[in-house]
Amino acid sequence: MSDEEDIILSELPDDELVLQMHDDLYDGLKEEIEEGVNILLGRGWQPYEVLTNALVGGMTIVGKDFRDGILFVPEVLLAANAMKGGMAILKPLLAETGAPRMGTMVIGTVKGDIHDIGKNLVGMMMEGAGFEVRDIGINNAVDAYMEALDAGDVDILGMSALLTTTMPYMKVVIDAMIEKGVRDDYTILVGGAPLNEEFGKAIGADAYCRDAAVAVDTAKEFMARKHNQVAG
Amino acid sequence: MLPDDNTLTEKGLEGTTPGKPGRILLLACGALAREILAIKDLNGWDHMDLTCLPAIYHMFPEKIVPEIEKAIGKHRENYADIFVVYADCGTGGLLQAKCEELGVQMLKGPHCYSFYEGNDRFAALAEDEITSFYLTDFLVRQFDAFIVKPMGLDRHPDLINMYFGNYEKLIYQAQVEDPELDAKAEAAAARLGLAYERRFTGYGDLQNELATLKKPQ
Repeated sequence: MSDEEDIILSELPDDELVLQMHDDLYDGLKEEIEEGVNILLGRGWQPYEVLTNALVGGMTIVGKDFRDGILFVPEVLLAANAMKGGMAILKPLLAETGAPRMGTMVIGTVKGDIHDIGKNLVGMMMEGAGFEVRDIGINNAVDAYMEALDAGDVDILGMSALLTTTMPYMKVVIDAMIEKGVRDDYTILVGGAPLNEEFGKAIGADAYCRDAAVAVDTAKEFMARKHNQVAG
Repeated sequence: MLPDDNTLTEKGLEGTTPGKPGRILLLACGALAREILAIKDLNGWDHMDLTCLPAIYHMFPEKIVPEIEKAIGKHRENYADIFVVYADCGTGGLLQAKCEELGVQMLKGPHCYSFYEGNDRFAALAEDEITSFYLTDFLVRQFDAFIVKPMGLDRHPDLINMYFGNYEKLIYQAQVEDPELDAKAEAAAARLGLAYERRFTGYGDLQNELATLKKPQ
């Protein structure tokens, strides 16, 4: 999607700038994304608008092309890194301007596992979709999950694992939640390369999410159901 | 004749001996071809034939189960028995389930790093080695094909920290004594910014499990 001509971002009208930012995200150009974010904010855009239209819109294209086998992991990581640059500018402003909040998610990689690329992608896309994300990092034992849930106001627990040897630990966490009588207080989403839908069902998770985009859609769906239940 | 490593990675290995009743087919990952043939020769197991799927399925575990099923369908009637020389290999239990459904046996353990080390020992070490990244002889020889290129490290060396930032050490599990592979593994560790350890494992549980396969009557 690269264009050989030098493009001056600040000279583009809003609609063209947003499209150019989608291209720049696709190409993993972090500095250009940061510049684009600042230009839109300078033109009076609300932080939430910049986030959804320019960044999430661009990452949605990246996610779709990844799923279709057009983009591969390295390109997705570069795009994510560029989005991270933009998010770093927007995050403090989003809190100040009272952007819509979809819910809160605690997310972490399970005990024995140090892999966090997928988890970080999910966390970032969830933030992009308006969720507050409390990332508790890697190698988390039951106690670490419980502590994060006990901190309060949590809707969703996300657990990640890359290894066949560590993914069964997700069941250990869920069983501990059942024992404590708190399992049904949360929506539990699980993901990671060796997982599948059958595994998600077998361990008692609410859903297996095969990628970050599915995680966002699934989280939104569960939040909508929860609101409907409360309303009903 | 054993094909070169690139062929084992991309295409696998077609069985060279036409199947006959009374023989066992070892249906393996291409990454194990050289080692299985060495074990077979060492022990004089003439009743075993070998065919391999492309080793690169290591990067795409979702391809393993359907391709194993297809290969079993293709070879079943020519052999008294088929043994699947794969561990779970990232299939999340689906390969085990498929093998049970098809009535064939497979290797125990989560992956080759585990069965080369010995599954029990690997499990015992797991907690102390969660920040270790493993390479076998085959993966050292095919470091570019399995690590550098698919992860884009040749084009974007700045991604190394995103992939390997949580790792501390590269452990090279050596199946054979080979100073050249040792040097290559050490260079790989340096490239990834990791400490280096060489550990001789030999063939571990791969050999032990193949030894339990009885010659069909």
